[in-house]
Amino acid sequence: MSFQQVWKRLAAMIPVLLGISFVVFGMIRAAPGGPFDTARAAVSEEARDALRARYHLDEPVWKQYGRFLAQLVKGDLGPSLKYRHHTVNDVLSQALPVSMMLGVMAFLFALALGIPLGVAAAVGRGRASGWLAESAILLCISIPALLLGPLLVLVFAVGLGWFPVGLWNSPWHAVLPVATLGIFFAGRVARLMREGMMDAFGSSFVTAARARGVGEGSLIWRHALPIGATPVVSYAGPLLADLLTGSFVVENVFQIPGIGVFMVNSALNRDYTMVVGLVLVYAVLLLMLNLVVDVAYTVLDPKVRHG
Amino acid sequence: MRNRAPASNPRGRAAWSGEGRDFAANRGRPLSLCGLEEPRRLGGIWVLPLLFLLGLTPGCGGRGPAPDLVIINGKEPESLDPAVMSGEAEGRIVQALFEGLTRYNPTNGMAEPGLAESWTLSENGRRYRFRLRSEARWSNGEPIRTKDVLYSWFRMIDPVEGSQYSSPFYLIRNAEAYQTGTVKSRAEVGMKASDELNLEVELENPAPYFVELCAYAPMAVVPQQSIERHRSAWLTQGQPPASGAYTLVEWRLNDRVRLRKNPHYWDAAGVKSTLIDLLPVTHPTTALNLYLSGQADVIWDKDLIPSDLVETLRKRPDFHSFDYLATYFLRFNTTRKPFHDPRVRRALALAIDKRRIVEQITRGGERPAGHLVPPGLPGYVSPPGLSVDPDRARALLAEAGFPGGAGFPKFHYHFDSRKSQENIAVQIQAMWEKELGLRAELRPQEWQVYLNTQSQLDYDISRSSWIGDYNDPTTFLDLFAGGNLNNRTGWKHEKYDTLLKRAGAEPAGPARAELLRQAETLLVEQEMPVVPLYFYAGMQIHDPRRIEGIHPNLRAEHPLRAVARRGARR
Repeated sequence: MSFQQVWKRLAAMIPVLLGISFVVFGMIRAAPGGPFDTARAAVSEEARDALRARYHLDEPVWKQYGRFLAQLVKGDLGPSLKYRHHTVNDVLSQALPVSMMLGVMAFLFALALGIPLGVAAAVGRGRASGWLAESAILLCISIPALLLGPLLVLVFAVGLGWFPVGLWNSPWHAVLPVATLGIFFAGRVARLMREGMMDAFGSSFVTAARARGVGEGSLIWRHALPIGATPVVSYAGPLLADLLTGSFVVENVFQIPGIGVFMVNSALNRDYTMVVGLVLVYAVLLLMLNLVVDVAYTVLDPKVRHG
Repeated sequence: MRNRAPASNPRGRAAWSGEGRDFAANRGRPLSLCGLEEPRRLGGIWVLPLLFLLGLTPGCGGRGPAPDLVIINGKEPESLDPAVMSGEAEGRIVQALFEGLTRYNPTNGMAEPGLAESWTLSENGRRYRFRLRSEARWSNGEPIRTKDVLYSWFRMIDPVEGSQYSSPFYLIRNAEAYQTGTVKSRAEVGMKASDELNLEVELENPAPYFVELCAYAPMAVVPQQSIERHRSAWLTQGQPPASGAYTLVEWRLNDRVRLRKNPHYWDAAGVKSTLIDLLPVTHPTTALNLYLSGQADVIWDKDLIPSDLVETLRKRPDFHSFDYLATYFLRFNTTRKPFHDPRVRRALALAIDKRRIVEQITRGGERPAGHLVPPGLPGYVSPPGLSVDPDRARALLAEAGFPGGAGFPKFHYHFDSRKSQENIAVQIQAMWEKELGLRAELRPQEWQVYLNTQSQLDYDISRSSWIGDYNDPTTFLDLFAGGNLNNRTGWKHEKYDTLLKRAGAEPAGPARAELLRQAETLLVEQEMPVVPLYFYAGMQIHDPRRIEGIHPNLRAEHPLRAVARRGARR
């Protein structure tokens, strides 16, 4: 992919993002109930109207959208309507790094666990070790985080006391949430890895290496692995995007101050500005990561580069 | 490669820690993408496990000194501004940061001298003279004077910036007129400084609870300079000077609020803990786990007690349940047929076995409610209200034209979609069906929609609750005055309004109490726009051998300055 093509792709993102923001902007405002519906009513209708006016919610939607775009150009996503001393930018700068850190660690965990598991399953096929690896993969894939999280907490935090049960204060606090978030993806990676390795073992390239008398260890790690890992590489992009934007379940169970909780709650709270801001950031991340993966393909694979 | 590991990445550290960081420094800064670059720079997969372990090395963490006390405080504060905050979780923090003329006594939850050292009340019960403490100081060392009180109070009733929670001020002469703009001059509003230390307050009517309201967060004294300089960001930019026992060190959303003892507080010697973390936890199981594993010392939000475990927890010495100034009740939409008929409302009320609800569903020590005002308020006894009586309920229903429930239109029972609410809804639905032959359809809605539906009167019967703001029956009875925006039933009764008005003109005493009692009788025995179901119980978890200074009281006021932990954390 040439630089020109990358620029084209980047330019094409603008209308996509505009479209997304417009739809979300309209949809969240169309939902019943508003950000200032509280259990305890305002002292008067006037006070409530004044509050709506302060945030320009009394204006027609198109005008509000125009105002939003004008601010967006300056990089300002506006004030949160729920947390009224904080702007959406504040929330992003506090919570996004936490989710990203959790996501990156879970991503690395998924690869670190998934790749060896997949290789073991492929290499040990037909033997007890292979069966063991297969069972482990199945287990990884079939336990949902909603169950695994509390289970890990119960055993390793409440029971054994090895790790904290929640919060985000030190690296040790990350162990259980990273494992909870990463295990499912480790299973997915392992499956891709196993398929990739099986294909690699069947390829003429490996057969030739074996014929040349290359040792079994070197055969697996030096020759088959680079080929076998290709499906994992293509899966890594969307996987990372998934993990970076936070997981509501894991953040909720471990009380982690990430973005996932805001994603869900802002919609429930009708925090209009927050919903639009978070969706936009998520969209930008997804589009960018897709672009990165596409660029990576062209670098790795001559067929795509010249195709 | 090695330089990019989170362990040595200063931007990575920002994700873990925030201690001592200036909020201002964080604003407008490009988003930190700590760790994001790593995977793309990897040469081979073998560094992955290594990198993972590096990321977990202690040393990239550390969040400042360990707090003396960790409290699980309830939901994330929407605001810590007395003019904006509304919930209990916020109130506990706001009252620690900003003090009023009075403050709450930790033992009984009643008012005691705060920034004011003394006050006098005139014969007619309408004119207070407060004297501020000459030693009262902001946390930056500046003295707190009457101009600060007047600034804070006028800010609450400002016609433009005015707060949603300004109703306590309406007791003060012309304050309401000032907010609505009919009175323009500040001189006409009944609050004036005689000098730097003496403040005179004139009320519209005698209000025996006014001194107590002065301890209530909306009447707290806030820093003018900081607010005028930073506007809506005054609590997150720089460090706002505090008038209360604590200063705000850090406020990270969904993470924690950290408070440090204010060395200039007039009663600094009486402040028991130096550094306090308040955690906004939303998941009851997580809250309990944090407590059980010793990461937190106190859970004091009743919504964070896992309801499935209440019965087990109740047997533990660290579980505390106490009477609380809050009522759970049903609202009728009296603008809709057949709920416009008091006989129908009474019939539905009489068919509900409230004891069963508290004994089989809530199980946290709640008490069945015949009346709206919770028991225990000094100088006031509520009428008994109606107790369960299915025979009378059927008779009333027949009298209203629906014998055996025949011909009764389809109707909805409206509630916010939480499991605990649904359990109660199902139980009541079954009672009405069994006793009256009426089939209510359940209509759960998510919270914001539920609130909107209720205030728009778009329901038939809606579950509700109310927490009292001060120790006086009017904090409940005023709700159903015609025109009160919290009424939300469409019910308006001339006699009720007159009784409240007459009570308002009386000074504290038996005559006032009797008028209020008559009003409540009308509300819960005859007219029944609402059906009181039960009085809430306050629920907390903390180890009495380790934690001191948390005392049960009706308002569930537990000033942070009195709370401390003995010995080190487990």
